[in-house]
Amino acid sequence: MGNSMTDQTQTSEMQTPPRDQSDQKPGIIRVEGMHKWYGDFHVLRDLNLTVDQGERIVICGPSGSGKSTFIRCINRLEEHQQGKIIVDDVELTDDVRQIDTVRREVGMVFQHFNLFPHLTVLENCCLSPIWVRKTPRKEAEATAMEYLERVKIPDQANKFPGQLSGGQQQRVAIARALCMKPKIMLFDEPTSALDPEMIKEVLDVMIELAGSGMTMLCVTHEMGFAKTVADRVIFMDGGEIVEEAPPHDFFTNPQEARTQKFLKQILAH
Amino acid sequence: MTESTMKAPKKALRPVKWMRENLFSGWFNTVLTLGVAYLLVTSVGPLLNWFFLDANFVGSDASDCTGAGACWLFISQRLNFFIYGFYPDELQWRVDVMFLLLAVAFVPQFIERFPGRKWLGLFGIFGLPVVGYFLIPGGAFGLEEVQSSKWGGLMLTLILAYIGIIASLPIGILLALGRRSEMPIIRGICVIFIEVWRAVPLITVLFMASVMLPLFLPEGVNFEKLARALIGITLWQSAYMAEVIRGGLQAIPRGQYEAADALGLGYWRKVGLVILPQALKMVIPGIVNTFISLFKDTTLVLIIGLFDILGTVQSTVTDPAWQNVAIEGYVFVAFCFWIFCFGISRYSQNLERKLDTGHKT
Amino acid sequence: MKKQTFDTRPAGPKPWNDPQVRSIFFQTIAIALVFWGGWVLVENTLSNMESRGISTGFGFLDETAGFGIIMNLVPYDATMSYGRTFWVGLTNTLLVSAMGVVAATILGFIIGVARLSSNWLVAKMALVYIEVIRNIPLLLQIFFWYFAVLSNLPSPRQSVDVGGALFLNNRGLYLPEPLTQDGFGLVWGGILLAIAAVVAIRVWAKKRQLATGQIFPTFKVGVAILIAVPIISYLAAGSPIEWDIPALKGFNFGGGITIIPELAALWIALSLYTASFIAEIVRSGILSVSKGQTEASKALGLPNGLTLRLVIIPQAMRVIIPPLTSQYLNLVKNSSLATAIGYPDLVAVFMGTTLNQTGQAVEVVAITMAVYLTISLLISLFMNIYNRAVAIKER
Repeated sequence: MGNSMTDQTQTSEMQTPPRDQSDQKPGIIRVEGMHKWYGDFHVLRDLNLTVDQGERIVICGPSGSGKSTFIRCINRLEEHQQGKIIVDDVELTDDVRQIDTVRREVGMVFQHFNLFPHLTVLENCCLSPIWVRKTPRKEAEATAMEYLERVKIPDQANKFPGQLSGGQQQRVAIARALCMKPKIMLFDEPTSALDPEMIKEVLDVMIELAGSGMTMLCVTHEMGFAKTVADRVIFMDGGEIVEEAPPHDFFTNPQEARTQKFLKQILAH
Repeated sequence: MTESTMKAPKKALRPVKWMRENLFSGWFNTVLTLGVAYLLVTSVGPLLNWFFLDANFVGSDASDCTGAGACWLFISQRLNFFIYGFYPDELQWRVDVMFLLLAVAFVPQFIERFPGRKWLGLFGIFGLPVVGYFLIPGGAFGLEEVQSSKWGGLMLTLILAYIGIIASLPIGILLALGRRSEMPIIRGICVIFIEVWRAVPLITVLFMASVMLPLFLPEGVNFEKLARALIGITLWQSAYMAEVIRGGLQAIPRGQYEAADALGLGYWRKVGLVILPQALKMVIPGIVNTFISLFKDTTLVLIIGLFDILGTVQSTVTDPAWQNVAIEGYVFVAFCFWIFCFGISRYSQNLERKLDTGHKT
Repeated sequence: MKKQTFDTRPAGPKPWNDPQVRSIFFQTIAIALVFWGGWVLVENTLSNMESRGISTGFGFLDETAGFGIIMNLVPYDATMSYGRTFWVGLTNTLLVSAMGVVAATILGFIIGVARLSSNWLVAKMALVYIEVIRNIPLLLQIFFWYFAVLSNLPSPRQSVDVGGALFLNNRGLYLPEPLTQDGFGLVWGGILLAIAAVVAIRVWAKKRQLATGQIFPTFKVGVAILIAVPIISYLAAGSPIEWDIPALKGFNFGGGITIIPELAALWIALSLYTASFIAEIVRSGILSVSKGQTEASKALGLPNGLTLRLVIIPQAMRVIIPPLTSQYLNLVKNSSLATAIGYPDLVAVFMGTTLNQTGQAVEVVAITMAVYLTISLLISLFMNIYNRAVAIKER
């Protein structure tokens, strides 16, 4: 499977502004010949992927295809055993310092939000800027409020996560990740644990974020989101990248049989 | 694109890899492992020697204990006393029958799919005390009477724990229901009763039972020492039992109460037919756990002069005929308790896991 | 209990079917039963005590006790009153409880963390410790330490001698006692100064961090100050401590501090036993913090140490503290097993000897139970306050 380094033609139904390509850095994430095993189980097989700065990638695939594991490898929540992962010119190895460097620059949003229940929304957002970036608290709080406004819940800043709805919690989680001013955002099925009526509010935030030129990797089943936002859609099955293509090609003219089958199942209703 | 049969990269042989990951990952773990291993190696040898290699197993009295190790024949020589106390030798078959019935009733509980397991359990809870009531003290059906002052050893330990738990069960149920009652005065009485007993140590309860109970009773009415201890233990235990059962009552969803109300069941039918059967099933692990702690706590009766298994051993290790056998005695008692408690706690953990999954599906 | 009528406006049930009436009826009966029972007990007790010639009331507390107690924290001798024996017993109970709580907490946390260690051997040893110790009765463990271990130590003449200052034999552990001389006030001053300085540094460091983001190594600097300042002031004052070193006089040691074997055995057994329960509490507390929390914290770039300190421990402690306090309460109650080996705790001295000599069972038992009830209420009061303070807010 070759890496498609070609720049995408803009799909006609795109609502977000085309990304600004002036200061983009090629290959902010480079994955080369990466393999991962759980014991003897071969979860990820020979993955190759290059993501440019500002690119928006959607990863989809049936459950158990290794897509979550893949993006969790990018900030080393999971270890890979073979191949290379280079994020912002830092290679992920056993070196704890390099891992911490990468994690500072990579924000992550989880399926189950994982907000810290013992801290208020504002404290959740300020924790890492204060302790890792060593930002003065006033400044950290100002930044946090800015992002909370961007995700449209500044009024909940002093509540605890347990007092919010699922959609609100996920928006806080996005704001929390943004407060570190990351260069890359990873989304691990951010809407899968939400009630249907809350999915839209989270997707709106993500679309807005995509418009601002953030480099994004999203594992999601929201095909509408993929169509509107993605520069590339990657389809994974059985631990392999089966197909990658611009969304328009991907949805209208899938090449591989496995992709066609998946799309038929997911778009059936 | 990739060979699908590719194997995980093997950097080292399996055991070596395992050891590197689980024993020697980093300098701190290596130091820990080496330290613990050193302690183990240096202590296992002497312990093995003491327990087995240098120990004496055969003989008839202290003079046969010549080795540097344990004098196990002290245990085998006095085993009868440790199990039956002063119960007359020729009547000990009655105790043996009870041991057998106890095993028949409860050992199958550990074996899943044992036929009639439930009925044996019910017999163990309701039938066994009745049989024991006639068999152990005697005095009826032509059985010779044996004073309770002659009971002792393991038998007494089991009697105390068993009666303590069985008798505290109904009182505990009533107290738990009372504590959840909507009548403030009933609730208040139950709360005070439960909290007072739970706050005081068992020793003070036993002292109270042995010293104060005679003062409370009208003149002429008197209980034997064992009965007094049992009353104390039962009241004390019922407070703990009430809290366990209350946990079960609280875990029953509101819908069950509402459904029972909707069926027009009165209070006692609602509780007896709908709520309690579910709640009790849910708290079996909790009851088993309180049983374990009560079982350990029965050793305290030796302080008021009863001879439970620890009491019998404690009174013999000071016997001048045997020299320095305290450790052997304590190891023996510890082993008896450990087997019981560990076995039962494993059983209750299994049960908990099973009930847990039962609720999720 | 259920109204069976289907009228739109019930005409009012018959009184014995009205839940309200029934409720009042049952409660009246309950009160009557309690009062009647109480009255019968009091009646019986009074007549029994009269016929046995036992006096009533708390006057006995002022009478001379006339018996010796082997260990006392408050001044005591046989000429003092029964009231004084109560204080001796109570302080002894509190002493062994406090010692036990400290040791059991330290040991329990270490073993609980060891149980989760990635080191297989360490984790298994912790498991073995927990499963062995908590399944053996505490009283047996106390006997083991007292009768099998400590009484098998050498006699005073063959004491284990550590550096000529510390002696261990079957009569106890003898430690040198520091006697403060003139000028020790300076050392106290130094200690107070160090504490004040550490507090000030903490406040300052926190403020500076909030203002500028700089993180100050408060812990390391604080420890250094706490150690250095008292030592410097001690030396500056000309080492104003003289050690009263225990020495063999006749058949036993004199001078210094003595830890009697009864206290040592009880302390060791209580600590080891309670630690096995605390270890399980700590383990399940840490496990209760979900893996997602650790992952989220790592994904935010917090290194392991900060993840532990800012995310895991604050959440685990909420789960750990309530059962931990009830273990402390158990430890205080279990310290009453002292009476079995003759350590003069409250139960042994007051409910044992004092009760036997005066025969005033009701008063003595009531006082003793009141003490334990008070301790228990204080501990649960603390726990409730704590729970309310840290409760995680949810909808």
